[in-house]
Amino acid sequence: MRKTSSRWILYIALVVLFLFHNDFWFWDSPRMVLRLPIGLLYHIGYCVAAAVLMALTINHAWPSHLQDEDTDE
Amino acid sequence: MIVITVIFAYLGLVLIVGTVSHKFFRGTGEDYFVASRTIGPFVLLMSLFGTNMTAFSILGASGEAYHRGIGVFALMASSTALIAPCVFFFVGTRLWAIGKRHGYFTQVQYFRERWDSNGLGLLLFVVIVALIVPYLLIGVMGGGITLHQITKGQIPQWLGGLLVCAVVFIYVCYGGVRGTAWANTFQTLVFMTLGGATFFIIVHKMGGLSASLAKAAPDLLIQKVHIKPLELLTYTCIPLSVGMFPHIFMHWLTAKSAGTFRYPVMLYPICVAIVWIPSVLLGILGSVDVPGLKGPEANSVLVQMIQRHAPGALAGLLGAGVFAAIMSSLDSQSLSIGSMFTHDIVRYYRFRPESTKTEMSEKGQVLVGRLFVFGILCLTYLLSLVLNRSIFKLAVWSFTGFASLFPIVLAALFWKRSTKYGAFASVISVVVLWIYFFIQGWQAPGYTVGGTGIMPVAIILGVSAVVMIIGSLISKPPDPTVIQKFFPSEVKTADS
Repeated sequence: MRKTSSRWILYIALVVLFLFHNDFWFWDSPRMVLRLPIGLLYHIGYCVAAAVLMALTINHAWPSHLQDEDTDE
Repeated sequence: MIVITVIFAYLGLVLIVGTVSHKFFRGTGEDYFVASRTIGPFVLLMSLFGTNMTAFSILGASGEAYHRGIGVFALMASSTALIAPCVFFFVGTRLWAIGKRHGYFTQVQYFRERWDSNGLGLLLFVVIVALIVPYLLIGVMGGGITLHQITKGQIPQWLGGLLVCAVVFIYVCYGGVRGTAWANTFQTLVFMTLGGATFFIIVHKMGGLSASLAKAAPDLLIQKVHIKPLELLTYTCIPLSVGMFPHIFMHWLTAKSAGTFRYPVMLYPICVAIVWIPSVLLGILGSVDVPGLKGPEANSVLVQMIQRHAPGALAGLLGAGVFAAIMSSLDSQSLSIGSMFTHDIVRYYRFRPESTKTEMSEKGQVLVGRLFVFGILCLTYLLSLVLNRSIFKLAVWSFTGFASLFPIVLAALFWKRSTKYGAFASVISVVVLWIYFFIQGWQAPGYTVGGTGIMPVAIILGVSAVVMIIGSLISKPPDPTVIQKFFPSEVKTADS
């Protein structure tokens, strides 16, 4: 039960992260942060967020039938 | 001269890495085409990433950023950073399991049996091969451009392309997919490292990042001017193409176990950022350093900057990094097409066990695979001599086709009720709409549907999905034995 709910939370988080890709809030901002344009820095951060979320997903939502395949080895 | 020496030394190293793998070759078709399904997590990550990052990510990205600025990173890199690992996780792992269970080598084998249709298999074969050719082309063209520029024209573009094809052919031919995976790992490490080095050296020579960005046109440092909101949104469909790339499918099948996918899924986004940040920033800085490049001329901006700021041996090394990115894709693409010709055409139609008692020998499979790799590289090379297009745009049209086929693989894996008629209708809708939009947009730079910012891929993908659903629902449900074959665990669960 707990595993199923955490799986769905992570799936929803993936959808939410997808929605955050469209960064209209920095659309025309010329601000420089850490020597980079804010629009670019945001998307670099986005890549890091994607890596973290994928790490959580493989740890907490690994499909059970694939565990069976690995056990069959 | 020193540049040429360094590049040739690098090509020699790649050949050594690729051919050393031959020592591990078991002499079977399974070993040649899927490395006997023994590849571990690190090599899988490097080969998936190296295969997916091509001249498009190095030369194409910097050329596009030269004209359109930072928005190029959002368009292709950060969307790929999320969507590609999701496709690996939800689609790749499942295809690996099915491929292992049923002994598949190609996508067509799976789709043909999943929907019990030879015709569908043949149609998909033709469509996939037609779509991969432009993708192969950008590698050969990128190799030619790089060598021509970096040697100040000493080596003509045609010879550069020929050299890339020849080196790739030798190690693919000799080492098969294991040689390809090893060479990809080596080359991916090379282009990631040298890409970073190129960036730091050029930025340093230009007086530092802040100083050089301050000289760039302000419109290149914001997204608004060159990218429409709908374009950004609909561009996110493009990375779905990894779900239908034959070369990615081939590398998925090489995995040792399902667990092998864990690190590639997790680290892929970081690898994307490492390669694309320098490419995009150097493209923008290129607009300051080498102004006035028009259209596809900007493909060479990175090489021109290397030439200007890092002459001599360093230029050779940095040029080798560009070569590494190019060849690490070209090898897998040509091998996957060779595998498809061998298994889906020659082996299937001439040596079907049910029509003749003779199965193609293991040696025969390898030989035919090698011949087709040779054929496809020759064809691509000849096409590269007569075409002159933007590497970025050429690739986007190829990706559009593959991404639009994504509903097919999704339906095959997750929708038991999907039928061959739905799949047929979906593929045909992709072909018709792709040709329509290609004719509309081929000559129009920055083409979007009706100038709205909507990329053709979003329309084709949407139509393809709807047609798949309607076509399946109005046709007879699939045979229960086919369902049982491909969804055994669910049938088992329902029984219990």
